[in-house]
Amino acid sequence: MKNLLLLGVVSLIVLSSCKNKDEKEEAEDTAVESQVAENQSTNEEAVKFPIYNFENFEPLLHKEGDKTYVVNFWATWCKPCIAELPYFEKVNAEQKDKVEVILVSLDMPNMWKSRLEPFVENKGIKSEVVILDDPKQNDWIPKVAEEWGGGIPATLIYNKDKRNFYERGFTYEELNTELNKFLN
Amino acid sequence: MKTFKILGLFALILSLGAFTLSPDPMDDGYKIGDIATDFSLKNIDGNMVSLSDYDSAKGFLVIFTCNTCPYAVAYEDRIIALDEQYKSKGVPVIAINPNNPDVQSGDSFEKMKQRAADKGFTFPYLLDEGQEIFPQYGATRTPHVYLLEKTSQGNVVRYIGAIDDNYQDASKVEDTFVEDAVDAMLEGQEIEVKTTRAIGCTIKV
Repeated sequence: MKNLLLLGVVSLIVLSSCKNKDEKEEAEDTAVESQVAENQSTNEEAVKFPIYNFENFEPLLHKEGDKTYVVNFWATWCKPCIAELPYFEKVNAEQKDKVEVILVSLDMPNMWKSRLEPFVENKGIKSEVVILDDPKQNDWIPKVAEEWGGGIPATLIYNKDKRNFYERGFTYEELNTELNKFLN
Repeated sequence: MKTFKILGLFALILSLGAFTLSPDPMDDGYKIGDIATDFSLKNIDGNMVSLSDYDSAKGFLVIFTCNTCPYAVAYEDRIIALDEQYKSKGVPVIAINPNNPDVQSGDSFEKMKQRAADKGFTFPYLLDEGQEIFPQYGATRTPHVYLLEKTSQGNVVRYIGAIDDNYQDASKVEDTFVEDAVDAMLEGQEIEVKTTRAIGCTIKV
């Protein structure tokens, strides 16, 4: 019975500490006001980033170079996504010879000119930015990762030998910890 | 002793799920065939709404949605259409805003009233005050649909997921997941696609 109690207390501490972290991360998550989505119209001028449907995008999930590829799914309306972008940028700059970061924007078409372009420009983002524009989400989400429920931020890390999928946000340290599993 | 430990851990996980203020919604939630909990949540008209209020309903489209998520906004008109189509057939829409208004001010009770009036919502739009309902259902995103069938055992979960397969353009929808599910349920047939996935906005806790 003592063991039972001890086990209970220990798992309570472990579980609740994990939860606190989740709460903090999720608390930072907010979406844009609905008005933004409605009032903005798509500009006629060409968008600066490549726009893929899933079929054309899929090769980016299976590159066969010697690098480790970090494919991050994000959107300008997703606050926790924006919070972790600097860490992906940092990793991309610091380990350029070994790591390649691809930032996959899931912004909606009416946000490409009005939100995405200014955002990338203002933040001076150096990593490759592509747009995935394929509404058949139920078809392609499991093709990225069977376990993905559809929440963002989400990140796929892969190289020739292995691949892992994360439906969560990262700190710089956490990202490096995961990345090191691929680099060593 | 081993059994005790396992039982203890199990009980602990259960109690955590029941008592923590914001359990991780990815951990559990309903699966197809589970009995969904009823609730008593405040509607935008000030009245409390429960599933048990609907004597003659055959089922419910419980839709977790909100004012602020671009995906939820993209589906507003289609949610109204679903209610118009199925309320008369005994399957009304019950919309629930699961977001914490302290975190997401655009989803406050006042803003919900405003949005419902602007869009002419024909269904209850409830606030999950205290955020105790959405984790039990296992909703993780907005919009997130749960189709329930009323049975003698309770409200059985029949479908979980997206409304259809094209959030951007209602005219380009090929698979009407929710409509297909409700139609099959009302005809007493097996629902072909019982769960679907979609990109959506994380629920704000």
